[in-house]
Amino acid sequence: MNQFKGQSLSWELTNGVVELALHREPCNEIGLSTLAELEKFATALPSLESEAHALILHSTLKSGFCAGADLRELYYGAQAMGKPSAARGVRDFLERIHKVMNAIDASALTTIAAVNGVTFGGGLELALVCDLIIADKMARFCFPELRLGLIPGFGGIPRLKRDLGNAVVRDLLLTGRSFNATKAQQAGLVSQVVAEGESLRAARGTAGQLGKFDRRTASAAKKFIKPIPYEELRREIDLFCDLFTQPAVEAGLRKFVESKDAQPYLP
Amino acid sequence: MNLAMPDAQRTLDEILNLAAAQFKVPREKLAADDDFFKTLGIDSLQTLDLLTRLEHHFNVELPDYELQGVSDFRTLASRIQARL
Repeated sequence: MNQFKGQSLSWELTNGVVELALHREPCNEIGLSTLAELEKFATALPSLESEAHALILHSTLKSGFCAGADLRELYYGAQAMGKPSAARGVRDFLERIHKVMNAIDASALTTIAAVNGVTFGGGLELALVCDLIIADKMARFCFPELRLGLIPGFGGIPRLKRDLGNAVVRDLLLTGRSFNATKAQQAGLVSQVVAEGESLRAARGTAGQLGKFDRRTASAAKKFIKPIPYEELRREIDLFCDLFTQPAVEAGLRKFVESKDAQPYLP
Repeated sequence: MNLAMPDAQRTLDEILNLAAAQFKVPREKLAADDDFFKTLGIDSLQTLDLLTRLEHHFNVELPDYELQGVSDFRTLASRIQARL
């Protein structure tokens, strides 16, 4: 399937480049509907790989690349299900999204996240599966999960640890503070910082360059340099599910969904 | 002589100018002790936008938690001034 237009995302293959656009208001929160469409994409990926050399993930929304998991859906869904069913539901969700993330991470294509604005939690985790992150100068990166009594659950810690020094990982994880694009580039998270609104154009330029290389060689180089930390990813799911049953999580989620605070995104 | 005062006032003025331009509010309608959420009519995502613009403008890092509870331009200016 070379093109798809869904409720949360769309993709299209043009001139050897697959562009996956996120477009779910208000800021591409990842809930069950987005997950289902991401799974469609992961299923289509092997076929796209035979015709493409690069994949660009981006958002069409000015608010940002992705604000992470849909916490309202998580909270109200958990309330409706009851605790044992909610815990099973969360594990099932995590297993499914990890499969998608791992598929993009391991793709033979060279992958670029072109990010803008809010790139928080699951949004940062989605960017982290990509080989390169190109950020517009208004992008912000954050792992705010600790304020909910949780850790990032979509593979964020093992992938951040793969790419950056442990001190930077601790700073992001344990303080919950956000980095702007310049700071993220200094930390080694972002490969290019471009002007506001220019990340997709810059990613297309980079994808054009990638098309000059032999695909087999580029894929082999990627596989050699970018191991996927499967064991740690598995442990992350277990830890997340363990923490999810703690009372602090329900309280944290309730505080978020009921918040009238002008800064609910801040830890 | 308090040498810090002119710098603090300049920081405050620059914040007010930047906020007015970015959120299209007449500069003369903004005052140092205004609640910027109300005066600018901004939501949480726009607050992050403002934070990012201030960091770039002043070339400083402003950890989000330092801004918790800050809602007026004067206090915001003092937090930035402390990192210049």
